[in-house]
Amino acid sequence: MGSSTPTSTIFLVLRRLRTPLIVLITIFAISVLGLTLVPGPSGPDGALPRLSFFHAVYFFSYTATTIGFGEIPYAFSEQQRLWVTVCIYLSVIGWAYTLGTVFAMLQDKNFLNAVAVQRFARQVKRLREHFFLVCGYGETGRLICQALDEMGYRAVVIERDEAKVGDLELQSYSADMPALCADAGQPDTLLFAGLTSKYCRGVITLTNDDNTNLAVAIAARLLAPSLPALCRAEHAETVANMASFGTRHIINPFEKFGEYMALALHSPAAYHLLLWLTGLPGTTVTRHRDPPGGRWVLCGYGTFGRVMTGALENAGLPVTIIDRAPPADPAHIWVKGDGTGHEALQAAGIHDAVGIVAATGHDVNNLSIVVTARQMNPGLFTVLRQNQVANRALFDAFESDFTMVPSEIVSHECLAILTTPLLAPFLDAVRKSDEPWACGLLDDLTGRFGWDVPAVWSVTLNLAQAPSVYRLLMRGATRPSLDELLRAPVTDRPALACRPLLLMRDGRRPSLLPAGHETLQLGDQILFVGTEQARKELGLTLFNGHTLQYVLTGKDSPGGLVWEWLARRRAG
Amino acid sequence: MNLEKVVFGFFIVFAATLNFGFFIGDLDNPVHHDIYELFAAIVVNLIATVLKFGDRTQIGAIHLATSLVADLQLLAAAMVWGYAVHVAGTGLTAGAMSSIVSLSGGALFANVVSVVILIAETIMQRR
Repeated sequence: MGSSTPTSTIFLVLRRLRTPLIVLITIFAISVLGLTLVPGPSGPDGALPRLSFFHAVYFFSYTATTIGFGEIPYAFSEQQRLWVTVCIYLSVIGWAYTLGTVFAMLQDKNFLNAVAVQRFARQVKRLREHFFLVCGYGETGRLICQALDEMGYRAVVIERDEAKVGDLELQSYSADMPALCADAGQPDTLLFAGLTSKYCRGVITLTNDDNTNLAVAIAARLLAPSLPALCRAEHAETVANMASFGTRHIINPFEKFGEYMALALHSPAAYHLLLWLTGLPGTTVTRHRDPPGGRWVLCGYGTFGRVMTGALENAGLPVTIIDRAPPADPAHIWVKGDGTGHEALQAAGIHDAVGIVAATGHDVNNLSIVVTARQMNPGLFTVLRQNQVANRALFDAFESDFTMVPSEIVSHECLAILTTPLLAPFLDAVRKSDEPWACGLLDDLTGRFGWDVPAVWSVTLNLAQAPSVYRLLMRGATRPSLDELLRAPVTDRPALACRPLLLMRDGRRPSLLPAGHETLQLGDQILFVGTEQARKELGLTLFNGHTLQYVLTGKDSPGGLVWEWLARRRAG
Repeated sequence: MNLEKVVFGFFIVFAATLNFGFFIGDLDNPVHHDIYELFAAIVVNLIATVLKFGDRTQIGAIHLATSLVADLQLLAAAMVWGYAVHVAGTGLTAGAMSSIVSLSGGALFANVVSVVILIAETIMQRR
């Protein structure tokens, strides 16, 4: 069965039922015809007439369907009874054959698949709200879906593994998430899943197969060029390939963590700020110990190990590598071994090292390495690579300084890009900033909002996102400033618990932490951080003209034609 | 030669011929219109309809549509017949007969369309 279009199941059913239906019609026709031809019983004045077609169809309808009202319209003759006996067995054979075909069809894998694809395509087509297309419902996919659900977005999921699709149906999301068990690498599947739908807000591909991610990336680029596509890639070749055809966001979890590590070494405050702003909603960020300067030991020189070595060496810290095979670049100090035993750690000089990175692809080995190393040198700063989310309990129990969980890194990054596009330029600025500035900002923000992950959102002053402000600015009478706008629409108009982080205006350089007296202009894009409450109240102000009036002037404006007229009279 | 095509063509043409056989004769004269011929026309039409199931091409869709029209018309004719004889109790009057025959005339038209499509389809295939 080709899957080029969602095969209409009704046609599939009809095609399969062609033979049984013809058999049924034939049996019915033969029986009815026979009934009209067989002579009837003898009545008081000669033989009764044979059954008419009307009576024959009536009699056979209730006999063939096993309802059996008896012999109507008169007690049958022996010849009629003989024929009816034949008819009954014929009809039983006909029904048995038909039902057998129907049940065989209902259990047919192809048929079930066609039904599932069709139902999925219909569900997606009926979606009348914005959604994200998520390919791959692994650990990362689940985190993303949870976060999207929490933020009130829908997701459409394609996952190859049937068990994971089942798991999705068991999760208690507040909205239904249509899911299909199929290969996301097939363009048809992506089309069913609404890639070209006007409600699709973005494509996120997170499968653990780089080739599938690549296929989704190119399909999104060609079929829906204006959609943001977020693609996970673990191999450098895939990254290069995706970049070559202009994939907007390529996320390599190892590179990303390497960047974080470099940032943490270079500017711990900036690192914490970044962590706090991009955290998953509803979680709390804990303040880490800052990574110390000195000699580091790294176990497992794979993809991640290489990135980490680069990050440490760029910060000017010497690294000793423990691995079974010598590193490709002989410039590094190398100790043969796997790091889980005393000997290799001893040989690598763990006693006078300041930190250890356990970067192998095996969770239990990583834990074993850091536990052994801490016993030998309790003051060590530990960086742990956690491969499976399922091992979280073990990693939590160890209390490592840094834990690198690829799925979490990818999901943080995706969410930050998707939900608040302005966050990326701000984070870039944070990365480039100097330590005291970041430190001051971090203390200021966490002092005000706490260490719980805050709400981060962006607003564009246009008709769609801020209609009331748009109208006010179009009238041109007043130009409110940021401070005037950021007030709660309640008595005394207290300042909202939020802070503008970035202001983008056409023809101007983006201004970091815009001042409160900055006046607003049409088309301004502003990034805010604050509480969820502040976000909702600001939303009310931006959408409702009366609320905006109250926030700006402190006066309730009259609503309704009559009251407005009265107010004008009184004023005049 | 393909047996499936033979069967398909056979039933379509057979449905049209039976229908024609029933239709021909004086419009209101019961003697000219045999009930067994109507019965046979209905059964053959139903089988022709089922044979057309599941073809998703444009021509297949038109084929199925014409057949469904013919079925509907013939079944309506049969119902009028049953009603006139058994329910109304007036017997087969000239009025009832003419409405039965005109209904079957409609079905005949649909069947002719079906045959025309069949011929057109055959001519299009240069094999």
